[in-house]
Amino acid sequence: MPHDHHHHDHLSPSGHPYRPDQDTGLSYWQVMEIAIRELMIEKGVVTAAEVAAQVEAMDARSPAQGAAVVARAWTDPDFRARLLEDGSAACAEMGFDVKPMRLIAVENDAATHNVVVCTLCSCYPRNLLGLPPDWYKSRAYRSRTVREPRTVLAEFGLNLPDDVTVRVHDSTADMRYIVVPSRPAGTEGLDEAALAALVTRDSMIGVGVAREP
Amino acid sequence: MSTDPSRQGPADPARRWHDMGGDLAGPVPGEEHDFALWEKRVDALVILSGLKGVFTVDGLRRVLEDMGPEAFETMTYYERWVAALNQNHLERGTYTVAELGAKMEEVRARGATYGEAADAT
Repeated sequence: MPHDHHHHDHLSPSGHPYRPDQDTGLSYWQVMEIAIRELMIEKGVVTAAEVAAQVEAMDARSPAQGAAVVARAWTDPDFRARLLEDGSAACAEMGFDVKPMRLIAVENDAATHNVVVCTLCSCYPRNLLGLPPDWYKSRAYRSRTVREPRTVLAEFGLNLPDDVTVRVHDSTADMRYIVVPSRPAGTEGLDEAALAALVTRDSMIGVGVAREP
Repeated sequence: MSTDPSRQGPADPARRWHDMGGDLAGPVPGEEHDFALWEKRVDALVILSGLKGVFTVDGLRRVLEDMGPEAFETMTYYERWVAALNQNHLERGTYTVAELGAKMEEVRARGATYGEAADAT
């Protein structure tokens, strides 16, 4: 099942298996991408530098940014309150611009577990977490998370007690959610950076919980 | 295709195929992959098209949703995105079908791999 880290052969630097289309022949759709990009540049819609900068900005975004937000919320009660009040503004404080989307932070506690899905497409807080994983965009996840969330979570290895309420949040094109996972026990002495290292991507989608120290 | 009996039979005009929340489906697939350069570029071109005012996320989604459930099963995510990117640019007149066809021929002639074909110099 999906986890933040895989242990397989033939892994990319970030620990994911390569997809065949990265090392085999040129596909029809790859040809189309090259052609559209060059036509957009020739017609003056974009410049090659703008495309390169956009790809670079995409590569710079990772779950580390979301983890930093969560760690700040764990250690700074005022920030936590601002984050829960207006997620977009609180993230902007930390230099993470999530515009034009409205970001809503939802917090787990002993009685409530939150999980995020996009049933209509694949809306995801990409400015905070990077691009969504493949499973998030799958028919199975989109369909079943709102129907049988506990079963889906169990497939991710997360078995919640019956007395924990599960809240499922369905994202839209204009509104994104991030889960603030519960702070693990035994982390009282940790600083913000050490805490951030415990916050996994999956815990911020809600299909996992934060790591134990 | 949906395996939910409630989704079989005559199409519900209030609920199109992409509105799949609540359907039955198999296990969530565990595979993940790193995005290839061409996929990141498709993403970048879609975002930039929005920033430049060529089309919006609604324009993207309209084409994706009109592709129907078959495309969802047979094409990858960014294959669908590049097709939707293209459709929006054709509709907005950024380039013509003939220009696209000629450019794709030119690209193909450069080589057999993405690296060769993407390098116009």
